[in-house]
Amino acid sequence: MTALFAILFYAATAVLAVGLAFKVVQYARTPAPLKIPTTPAPVTTGGVVLRMLREVVLFESLFKSNKWIWLFGYMFHGALLLAMMRHLRYFIHPVWDWVVLVQPFGLYAGFAMLAGLGALWFRRIFVQRIRYISGPSDHLMLVLLIGITASGLAMSYVSRTDIVALKQFMLGLMRFNWQPLPAEPILMAHLGMVIALMIVFPFSKLLHAPGLFFSPTRNQVDNAREKRHLAPWAAKLEAGGE
Amino acid sequence: MGDYKIPELGEYAEIPPVCEGAMSHSHPYVAAPEHQEALGFPGELVEDWHGKAIGRLGELLDQTRSLRVYLDSCVRCGACTDKCHYFLGTGDPKNMPVARQDLLRKVYRRHFTALGKFPLTRWLVGAEDLTEEVLDDWYSYFHQCSQCRRCSVYCPYGIDTAEISMAARDIMDHIGKGQKYCNEIIAKVHKIGNNLGLPGPALENTLEGLEEDIEEETGVKVRLPLDEKGADILLVTPSADFFAEPHVDGLIGYAKVFHQAGASWTISSYASEAANFAMFIGSYEQMREVALRIRKAALDLGVKRLVFGECGHAWRVAYGFLNTLAGPWDFLDPNYPVPQHICEYTWDLIEKGQLKFDKSANDHMTLTFHDSCNIARATRMGDKPGGQFEIPRNIIKAVCNNFVDMAEDTIREGTYCCGGGGGLLTDDLMELRVKGAKPRMEALTQVVKNDGVTHMAAICAICKSQFSKVMPEYGIGMDRIVSVHQLVSDAIVLDGQVTGEETDKLGGDAAPQTEE
Repeated sequence: MTALFAILFYAATAVLAVGLAFKVVQYARTPAPLKIPTTPAPVTTGGVVLRMLREVVLFESLFKSNKWIWLFGYMFHGALLLAMMRHLRYFIHPVWDWVVLVQPFGLYAGFAMLAGLGALWFRRIFVQRIRYISGPSDHLMLVLLIGITASGLAMSYVSRTDIVALKQFMLGLMRFNWQPLPAEPILMAHLGMVIALMIVFPFSKLLHAPGLFFSPTRNQVDNAREKRHLAPWAAKLEAGGE
Repeated sequence: MGDYKIPELGEYAEIPPVCEGAMSHSHPYVAAPEHQEALGFPGELVEDWHGKAIGRLGELLDQTRSLRVYLDSCVRCGACTDKCHYFLGTGDPKNMPVARQDLLRKVYRRHFTALGKFPLTRWLVGAEDLTEEVLDDWYSYFHQCSQCRRCSVYCPYGIDTAEISMAARDIMDHIGKGQKYCNEIIAKVHKIGNNLGLPGPALENTLEGLEEDIEEETGVKVRLPLDEKGADILLVTPSADFFAEPHVDGLIGYAKVFHQAGASWTISSYASEAANFAMFIGSYEQMREVALRIRKAALDLGVKRLVFGECGHAWRVAYGFLNTLAGPWDFLDPNYPVPQHICEYTWDLIEKGQLKFDKSANDHMTLTFHDSCNIARATRMGDKPGGQFEIPRNIIKAVCNNFVDMAEDTIREGTYCCGGGGGLLTDDLMELRVKGAKPRMEALTQVVKNDGVTHMAAICAICKSQFSKVMPEYGIGMDRIVSVHQLVSDAIVLDGQVTGEETDKLGGDAAPQTEE
């Protein structure tokens, strides 16, 4: 079992890293032929950095759009961040002070995640418009995330896991010195689903995370009149034609 | 006009229940072979249309970052589902921006993503092949998007359905299934220089007629020069300004402003069109070809500045794309932005105190302002973000005493499209146009009832044409839509202008043109 999970973790990490790198490089290399920021847009690069920060940190556009989706989405993402920070303790030794500090918040965050995901799923099922646009993968993604969260919480509240052994396993993975994985079904379910999430990341709508940073309507400076913008293929067209 | 029900206006914008297939019958006329071939597209649906379409999609993915990122990024959160005026007006779920995008996204998934190519996971991610049925859906629903970008404002990733529908239309053009309205018009611009196919001599005639009208009305000789070499300013304006109501009153307004400023200006018969419908069909090459006419005209006439008249998407192409498509403009006067909007030009003069107004000339009206989608969400005026909202309003307030804004979430960046933008201003889409205007009509009706608004001003040729056609369907007179520069025209006091009484003595029917 240890070997299986170890290999799966290596494979999942490789798929996640390579897949994501491939996508990021692809996005970065694809030229944006025209200036298309949604206006009013910042007229300086500094302004664009601020706009992107507001999108990433506050979900500004979503807030403008729909307060419920914003609330549940924000709850989930914020809590996910806390939970992930809490999990850092399994990967570092000694554990950094701020990671210690964040532990209790990370725990409660699990409940916030569950609530946020549940509410989003409720909307997906019961709001007619959102039900119409939802496909199997949209539901499955929520099931997967709820599964991960619930199994994680279960290990704190239902059947406690040997976290010392778990940490040995994780550190062992990172140091290529495998240590036994505690043979607990909930833990294995939790880790299995995390592995699935990592693998599916670069092939699914989870690409919204890198995508946002490459969105021309958000990351372009509004300076079309001042500065000529020309894509390489358009420059070629210009040189060939006329 | 077919038989369909004019939507009932509600008190507030209500989200309609989903009604599948409500607008699946809406198709604009397909371009005839001659319209297609004039733009270098195949005349009719090519034999291997499936392969060609997927091939073209692949090319576009490699050329266009927005398309690639947006096809990957949507999480189907639903934030956009109640933002499109065509959904709000029709209830057809495929008019929800995300569902419209998914028509292309599912084909993208099938041919360009691992999970969509793999037969066992295909159903999971909703990957589908481009069948004849899907192509029909494309033709129908990508011609129910006015590319107004309202959804993009509210999308957490900025996904712009306009980018998707432009790509889809481009693919359809490349396999021989283009739209008649747009392609016929673009061919006319290539051949004659404007959307109407108005040749130089006819244009000259029209402008002379307008000069006579102005002189008759004001006693002042205001010129509308055509093809004058050595003029300082080249005015590029939508050709609708030359003849349509209320557009032409706006053109008269620009002429009076230029006159009063003592500017040397001209219109070009070669580039007698500000509109660039090639944007609607998503063709960079076509858009560039149209834009290059303006460059040639500017060079041939030796002008120093470029000013654009009131037109929404034209200002998007001018403001956002002209430098890219037909620049650099280093041969023009660097002291002015290239290009400038007529509102920027007029507001600058007003700020400098160079124009005099008799605001009471507009006292019989209470105005509101319709932000045109392309101007609001794709351009700017002046130095500061949001100038595109403030400058036109400032002008209106400088020439009118009574101004009221419509509900906040229906103006500025949240403005609703008029329902006729994006290449949909054609009679074969009348039902769509009427229904798509519903959200704006609701907002307008509210200020009419609550604030006594009598007229709505706009700075877009398409908005003006669309409103004068669809407002009567909602019981609002077609003359209730006015040009911003028409208001300027009515209030401006020209040097040497004869007063109202004197005009009466001059006889003729020189009554103020705003009278109803």
